[in-house]
Amino acid sequence: MLAKRIIPCLDICNGRTVKGTNFVNLRDAGDPVELGKLYSQQGADELVFLDITASFEGRKTFTELVERIAAEISIPFTVGGGIHELSDVERLLKAGADKVSVNSAALKNPGLIDEIALNFGNQVCVVAIDGKQTPEGWRCFLNGGRVPTDRMLFEWAHEANERGAGEILFTSMDHDGVKQGYANEALKKLSDELTIPVIASGGAGQKEHFRDAFLLGNADAALAASVFHFGEIPIPELKQYLRGLNISIR
Amino acid sequence: MKVAIVKYNAGNIHSVINGLKRLGVEAVLTDNAEELAGADKVIFPGVGEASTTMKYLRENNLDRIITGLRQPVLGICLGQQLMCRHSEEGNADCLGIFDVPVLKFQPEKHEDKVPHMGWNTIDPMDDALFKGFDRQEFVYFVHSFYVPVCQWTAAKTDYILPFSASLHKDNFYATQFHPEKSGATGERILQNFLDI
Repeated sequence: MLAKRIIPCLDICNGRTVKGTNFVNLRDAGDPVELGKLYSQQGADELVFLDITASFEGRKTFTELVERIAAEISIPFTVGGGIHELSDVERLLKAGADKVSVNSAALKNPGLIDEIALNFGNQVCVVAIDGKQTPEGWRCFLNGGRVPTDRMLFEWAHEANERGAGEILFTSMDHDGVKQGYANEALKKLSDELTIPVIASGGAGQKEHFRDAFLLGNADAALAASVFHFGEIPIPELKQYLRGLNISIR
Repeated sequence: MKVAIVKYNAGNIHSVINGLKRLGVEAVLTDNAEELAGADKVIFPGVGEASTTMKYLRENNLDRIITGLRQPVLGICLGQQLMCRHSEEGNADCLGIFDVPVLKFQPEKHEDKVPHMGWNTIDPMDDALFKGFDRQEFVYFVHSFYVPVCQWTAAKTDYILPFSASLHKDNFYATQFHPEKSGATGERILQNFLDI
């Protein structure tokens, strides 16, 4: 049976992981390759590396980092951040990324999704959506939830699906960082309506939250950052717990 | 040991080179007939579309070179599909090493998402590629077309229906999944292939 995926997300700035980690057994927790390797050994099913560097030099550093990740890590990984056009996608895939995630660039130019799918295949194109509840319903936001857009979550997710996205990575800005669980109702609606996998993001604080994302939210994968980085939920323990609930886990 | 990787217009070839490097093997990427014929092992990887890749292989005489190889050959993903008779993808006539068609997944319910993407279990037969495998193992798949179960099936996976996760006939081996992206399990499969 196809396994539900557990995905640690690493934020990268100038080639280094940001947000501290407290892994005592790592020589250099700031090195994304070291940390990625550790997660891979612990049973992570996929990794996401998000480049939050803005500068041109930073972009070059990130591409070099992607080459190192591809050389050393034997599980699939997605890269995101700073992807504006098709040439960025090509550069990152050439460096060895398996998938790219696009967020604001796709909102500004939805045709980018079609271009990526057409040139590199649907499976390469992860469309990341940051959503927030507003009086009119779930709305798409930019810049970490600070800037509202004129697009509504479900309508945009459908469009991305039809244009050729391979997966939707949905982050609820209302749940992100609060550690009270994922936005399961919205996740369920996305999973039930779309024909592509949905990755839950934002809100993991306990093992039960992953269970709920899979069983209540019907998510195909669950992404988290700090609970893994700070060792609050070790991946082997999380997977054992989910297996015990008869959830299909690698 | 000399390992050659077939160089053609397919994506994802570098991930196979990296995977072999992690096992301590420096593979040669080549489309040269003598170099391919002279290698101890040949790997035929690939991510792409069947009809356009077959066209490229024919134009570059690689179809004849590949079918004529006598040493162990491993096709990966699109590589496995191209080693079959015909693919529904772009209605392509393929290499015909395995006399079996490649079909498109037909979803039966909403959960049957296509492409089949992610970690799924394989049920290996008694085959050199899966030496030492004594339980179900998870490997990484990304594909929309599949090879039905047939007399050359070396491992089965169930997604929508049981299909061939791996094939073997004479010196030709193939996997639908990506051993180079399947963590420690994938490394064991690649090592088994190198050990044949």
